[in-house]
Amino acid sequence: MTRRPPVGLWVSGAVVAALAVLPAVYLVVRAAEADASTWGLLLRDRTWGLLWRTLGLAAAVTVLAAAMSLPLAWLTTRSDLPGRRVWTVLLCVPLAVPTFVSGYVLLAAFGTGGVLEEVLTRWGLPVPPVYGFPGALLALTVSTYPYFFLALRAGLLSQDPAWLEGARSLGLSPARAFWKVTAPLLRPAFVSGALLVGLYVLSDFGAVALLQYDAFSRAIYVQYEGAYDRAYAALLGLALVAVTVVVLVFEVWLRGRAGYHRSSKGAARAVAPVVLGRWRVPALLFCGAVVMAGVVLPVGVLLYWGARGLAEEGGSLLEPAVGSVLASVLGAVMSVVGALPLAFLAVRYPSRLTLAMERASYAGYALPPIVLALSLVFLGVQVVPFFYGTLVMLVLAYVVRFLPQAVGTVRSSLLQLNPHLGEAAASLGQPPASVFRRVTMPLLRPGLLAGAALVFLTAMKELPATLLLAPIGFETLATRVWSATAEGRFAEAALPALVLMAVSTLGVGLLVSQEGDAPRG
Amino acid sequence: MIRQLLLTLLLTLSTTAMAAETLTVYSGRNEKLVGPLLKKFTAKTGIEVKVRYGETPQLAATLLEEGDKTPADVFFAQDAGALGALSNAGRLQALPKETLDKVDARFRSPTGLWVGTSGRARVVAYNTKKVKAADLPKSILEFTDAKWKGRLGWAPTNASFQAFVTALRLLKGEEAASNWLKGIQANGVRVYKNNAAIIEALGRGEIDAGFVNHYYLYAAKKSNAALPVDNYFVAAGDPGALVNVAGVAILQGAKKAEAARKFAAFLLEPQAQEYFSQETYEYPLVAGVKTSASLPALSKVGSPDMDLSKLDDLRGTVKLLQDTGVL
Repeated sequence: MTRRPPVGLWVSGAVVAALAVLPAVYLVVRAAEADASTWGLLLRDRTWGLLWRTLGLAAAVTVLAAAMSLPLAWLTTRSDLPGRRVWTVLLCVPLAVPTFVSGYVLLAAFGTGGVLEEVLTRWGLPVPPVYGFPGALLALTVSTYPYFFLALRAGLLSQDPAWLEGARSLGLSPARAFWKVTAPLLRPAFVSGALLVGLYVLSDFGAVALLQYDAFSRAIYVQYEGAYDRAYAALLGLALVAVTVVVLVFEVWLRGRAGYHRSSKGAARAVAPVVLGRWRVPALLFCGAVVMAGVVLPVGVLLYWGARGLAEEGGSLLEPAVGSVLASVLGAVMSVVGALPLAFLAVRYPSRLTLAMERASYAGYALPPIVLALSLVFLGVQVVPFFYGTLVMLVLAYVVRFLPQAVGTVRSSLLQLNPHLGEAAASLGQPPASVFRRVTMPLLRPGLLAGAALVFLTAMKELPATLLLAPIGFETLATRVWSATAEGRFAEAALPALVLMAVSTLGVGLLVSQEGDAPRG
Repeated sequence: MIRQLLLTLLLTLSTTAMAAETLTVYSGRNEKLVGPLLKKFTAKTGIEVKVRYGETPQLAATLLEEGDKTPADVFFAQDAGALGALSNAGRLQALPKETLDKVDARFRSPTGLWVGTSGRARVVAYNTKKVKAADLPKSILEFTDAKWKGRLGWAPTNASFQAFVTALRLLKGEEAASNWLKGIQANGVRVYKNNAAIIEALGRGEIDAGFVNHYYLYAAKKSNAALPVDNYFVAAGDPGALVNVAGVAILQGAKKAEAARKFAAFLLEPQAQEYFSQETYEYPLVAGVKTSASLPALSKVGSPDMDLSKLDDLRGTVKLLQDTGVL
């Protein structure tokens, strides 16, 4: 395809890409202030050690989360698992649990003197090691697997059932048909999930700090927290951006140039669900175990904290709840809107430039959120002071940070969509806007909703940007939780944390109910 | 959708405009701790207060990024180091002499750019089931002894901890500080994210002793009175007995400088000082205000004799922490 994209698409794509690389530009500005001794700090052995530790953790979390999510996504979309909708919603909830809460949960449950330690030792069972690599791996896998889960679900839902039926009619067993037909088609979803999980691990601070795993983002935080050394922090940040670029290039190579959309009209109906039969109980147990670790355990620990002083939480939680939902919904909608031109350019008009623009959306994602927040403080004050201190700035921060979550899912849905469908509509005399609205959008729905769900959930728990960029006095549930835990008042943190999880569950429930079971053709 | 966004934007802008008569405070101190006090200020003076709450270092970094375009009039910080960083960057303006003079010279900026509002002592918190107070050493330096192997916890990214290390460097020299850091590491010290996490870990019995600020214990005991943890004050004059301050400063270019000065003065009035003593378990810094009954007197804590404004040499401390592999 060498067609030129429409000017409007170009311009909107360019604007979004430019916004996305702003944090990197800020880092360059700050890093320019670094002197020789600062560069010396960057190039010492310790930096490389940190880098390897961080990359190792990212790779391990990615593999584990993928291995967990594929069966979960398949069970909730393709099988007759009882209560599929409910499982879907519950399996997404961990995304809304702030990592500093999940870290505490892990400690409270398995740490020395923890709630579960006693029970496990009494039964002679080993207590999982919470500190260092195993703890960080566990905490981050539990809190990031929904990235894979949602991406794979969207991929499965928008796949043409005719392909699988074709394979089955040729005599392939269900299992072989899955590995031969369904799984290869999920490659874009896998890749987008892997990027989101892997790069998120690079940026995470809360879990690695609590579980005492020495990672790269911790080194960056230390510079802001203790030393106010913005130049060194910027150099470390740029190193992280460089790692991201390497990962993204690797991903393009991995992704290959295969086509994923069907060539004919496709079957406009749902795949007949696979009957689980005697696998039903193990399947339910598996879903149950994941929900146990990601939802029940945090809720349990929060209730346990809360029982020690629920009454202490003063003030209504309505205002922060409204604040959370308002900012997160705006962030989710704007992220999906911003993702559309990038995904369209990259999929429909592939070139080095459009690909680079789409990749640019990841620039800020692997950075620790504090770096991103400060870069937007810089931008806000210097370039758009009239927006500084308003909700616009906060929503912008959410978009810049979470854009890749929307781009990834929209892109993988778009890949499965035959461009000729839209062309056919256009040849029937439909103007482009109408083609987009009446043909393309409905077909993209699973991807758009999955993207919106991801952004909504992660924005609900976002903290540094919310603290620094929200209008003064604007409260969210996450800031409430933070303000209670910061001084060790866990009992007071319990209620807002529980409300945060409840509201998020409700939000994802709404989105999932919009999803529909059948892929549309 | 877009209409809604514009509407929200307009609303936000109009509240900003309406708030023209209010003081803007960046507070690195927690809302749960100082929120009620700020309400008292409004009740007393009629000046509305808009507060951005956050972590002290992150707010300091934000103020540095915002430069002279900051909307903030006042910075209410949790430690002297952050205030030092801002005064070094030329971001603070002088406080009135009568405000400064209410506080002992060792708890304020020698150039008059910030003033301490309450004292925060470094202590050794310990698990009372596993350690007797009598067995704890007189000096923090003795925790490098091998008998403490596997029993200690610290939070090296914490600003108060770093302030203590700066004091250690200034009082005992670089080499002694370096040896102490290496010795504690050799004892297999556990690394925690912050003071509250150390107290929790002590309560669980994960460690026997940890280096923290004195008031975290009281916050933790509020939710769990049976927590088997207590504070231990090392001998007077020891770097481990450092008393750091939370303090207030007026920003360069503050639009409400007069209101800001009233705010700083208010924090040093008896009402506010008693609030710190009774509600946050900190040390009042103005003479004549009673210390909380649960605490030993500030005069007995015996903070080492040093100029707190020198605690702004964080670069040197962070370098030492990095060179010794702590960070």
